[in-house]
Amino acid sequence: MSDLDLLYSDIEEDLRGSVRDLLEDRCDSDAVTRMYDGDRTVVESLWKSLTELGLAGLLVPEDRDGQGASAREAAVVLEELGRAAAPVPFLTSSVVATTLLLEGDSDLLAPLATGERTAALLVPWSLAPDAEIPAVSIDDDRLSGTVSTVAGALEADLFLVPVAAGSGLSVYAVEAHEASIVPLVSLDMTRQLADVTVDAAPGEVVVADAEQAVRRALDAGAALLASEQAGVARWCLDTTVAYVKDRKQFGRPVGGFQALKHRLADLYAGVESAAAAARYAAATLAQADPDAPVGASTAQAFNGDVAVLAAEEAVQLHAGIGMTWEHPAHLYLKRAKADQIALGTPGRHRARLAGLVGLPG
Amino acid sequence: MNSQLRERVRDFLADHDPRAMERVDFLRARYDAGLAWVHFPVGHGGLGLEQALQPDVDRLFREAGAPDNRPGVNPIGLGMAAPTILAFGSDAQKDRFLRPLWTGEEVWCQLFSEPGAGSDLANVATRAVRDGDEWVVNGQKVWTSGAHNARFAILLARTDSSLPKHFGMTYFLCDMTDPGVDVRPLRQITGEAEFNEVFLTDVRIPDGQRLGDVGEGWKVANATLNNERISIGKSADRESGMLGVVASTWRERPDLRTPDLHDRLLRLWVDAEVARLTGTRLRQKLAQGQPGPEGSTMKLGFARIAQQLSGLEVELLGEKGLHYSDWTMVRPGHVDFNGRDAGYRYLRAKGNSIEGGTSEILRNIVAERVLGLPGEHRVDKNIPWKESAK
Ligand SMILES: Cc1cc2nc3c(=O)[nH]c(=O)nc-3n(C[C@H](O)[C@H](O)[C@H](O)COP(=O)(O)OP(=O)(O)OC[C@H]3O[C@@H](n4cnc5c(N)ncnc54)[C@H](O)[C@@H]3O)c2cc1C
Repeated sequence: MSDLDLLYSDIEEDLRGSVRDLLEDRCDSDAVTRMYDGDRTVVESLWKSLTELGLAGLLVPEDRDGQGASAREAAVVLEELGRAAAPVPFLTSSVVATTLLLEGDSDLLAPLATGERTAALLVPWSLAPDAEIPAVSIDDDRLSGTVSTVAGALEADLFLVPVAAGSGLSVYAVEAHEASIVPLVSLDMTRQLADVTVDAAPGEVVVADAEQAVRRALDAGAALLASEQAGVARWCLDTTVAYVKDRKQFGRPVGGFQALKHRLADLYAGVESAAAAARYAAATLAQADPDAPVGASTAQAFNGDVAVLAAEEAVQLHAGIGMTWEHPAHLYLKRAKADQIALGTPGRHRARLAGLVGLPG
Repeated sequence: MNSQLRERVRDFLADHDPRAMERVDFLRARYDAGLAWVHFPVGHGGLGLEQALQPDVDRLFREAGAPDNRPGVNPIGLGMAAPTILAFGSDAQKDRFLRPLWTGEEVWCQLFSEPGAGSDLANVATRAVRDGDEWVVNGQKVWTSGAHNARFAILLARTDSSLPKHFGMTYFLCDMTDPGVDVRPLRQITGEAEFNEVFLTDVRIPDGQRLGDVGEGWKVANATLNNERISIGKSADRESGMLGVVASTWRERPDLRTPDLHDRLLRLWVDAEVARLTGTRLRQKLAQGQPGPEGSTMKLGFARIAQQLSGLEVELLGEKGLHYSDWTMVRPGHVDFNGRDAGYRYLRAKGNSIEGGTSEILRNIVAERVLGLPGEHRVDKNIPWKESAK
């Protein structure tokens, strides 16, 4: 195994800079917090300005109206989106749905790449890449069935629907207005989930014989979710370090107490490790390396827990103020906890690794 | 349980039919018969017996269909204010406050923490100035759980800022209906506003509602905190509390089981069971009297186990763990750590290692006051508070 580059190129750093600037302008934590009370106004304008930077098409080749970049750049974007707990459908549309459409020749890919349209793959958000894929049924070219707990459905105008076709799966495209969408009160309202039902809805095949394609799309999602988790953890670490330097009790900054210093030193090591795991998952995905599934599951097994730990430490070390609604720490706690389940829990990915690396139980 | 006590309960129930009496009248009569908290002295709701007998008494009342005093509505009153009033109160104070506290007619809250005095509680800046037979109180308290339901508060205030921080404080019983008390909801990460900010502006407290001597507030407050830590950490039966909830999810949902989750659940089962036994042993050691700093270990364990269990439950539920019951801002009448849904339990449990002293502070207490390890260098300990306060 030759070492892949786990750092960031200048281009990647420039991309990070422009995404961060935009998020600082357009994604303030008060507006994000209001999503918990049903005010989702922040989403549309934020997503629009991100697509204007061309981000929706990062994974799409130029000849299909995309940017011709790779998973490495998408990963950098996700680090920043995680750092801001940003409520946009980048992961669900520009990574998972896009990866799936890249496997076929559908005309729908181009409008996704430009941001004109937004898509969601209809699977439960907790689905691991190696799990059984729930499918709706088809009768006379009409699709019927319900898929629960879907991410990105509220932001999408197009659904990619796994359909049982003989012994396999096909993926159909269905217009969102043909489905009924029930928003769910979600643990993480910055990625609010929905149950989606189609009842004799018309659709067109976009990927036939699609089971492996769906798994690869979920795997790409898992690989890059690790970067979002690294970003969540990074925000928690940075914000907490800044706070304990400033907060005084017993006549001194609480960050000077060794009990906290050691905890934060450990957390720093965890966050750096999460960045490495996420980088490896993105790099192997970018060059279709055979080790990509190992990279994705390693990163999920590790980063899922690190992000939760970082958010829990942020609340604990902010103490009383960290338990309040007005402090943004809770946005990250909820995102981290939901991300831990998204696309397979760490335990699920450990079990998958057992097979991938030859350590059967 | 001793047969004499059992007889007493029987006789009481024979004379007082819980179904025929008004709830409050029944509870008052139970208090007057010494069957409220048997370890309290005669005349104050008890019989001077061992605290360990109480669960059996409660069970007999429950079995007879008697109403209870809704302990969940008044945890601070029952767990903290009552033992502190018992230990430091005058007879007049005990007579005035303990009965309505126990029956739940008067709910209590705790006005200790301030924006600048959390872990460093001895840094309170709320001032109480004597004016004849009264004290005039000004300041701001924060994170006050249940202040919106409370009739009275235990209050820590500074009465002499020229003394070093630990010596200039006094402990009061504050009437929350005083016009100078302004309670504002403070929403927390669960969505609801269980705690509050409380602004005190020229609140007048009669000197008769001072608990302990002037300047003795720190000592009295420590008695309260030791009781708080032991009451937050207590749990009686096997698989009670958070473990009971998660264990029943496990038993009801075979489809969710994996070897990984199984191992983690069983580890936590063992931790919770051993914590229960440790608590029983600690209570036997204490038998009576005031809990000491050792109780801090119970609360440390309780918080960690509740947090790990509730985190595990969300993972175990998987898809369903991504749901949440309701984010609507409400001001709850009482708090149930184990209530609502897995997401709520997970979020609420985060407070367990903060409220009543953070887990870091409790470790310092165990290290310094139980093990006798040297304390941190304290820059502000021996200088007048007004010179150290910023
Ligand atoms: C749900 C909830 C309910 C509450 N209810 C009440 C109530 O009813 N009444 C009331 O008076 N208060 C209440 N509180 C307040 C609670 O007691 C304080 O939040 C707590 O004491 C910590 O104070 P702080 O928030 O100011 O944190 P800080 O003291 O600022 O602590 C910040 C961080 O520094 C750490 N730290 C501080 N000092 C040290 C040290 N010496 N060594 C190592 N680490 C240290 C802390 O552990 C924490 O992690 C409640 C809090 C919560 C979360």
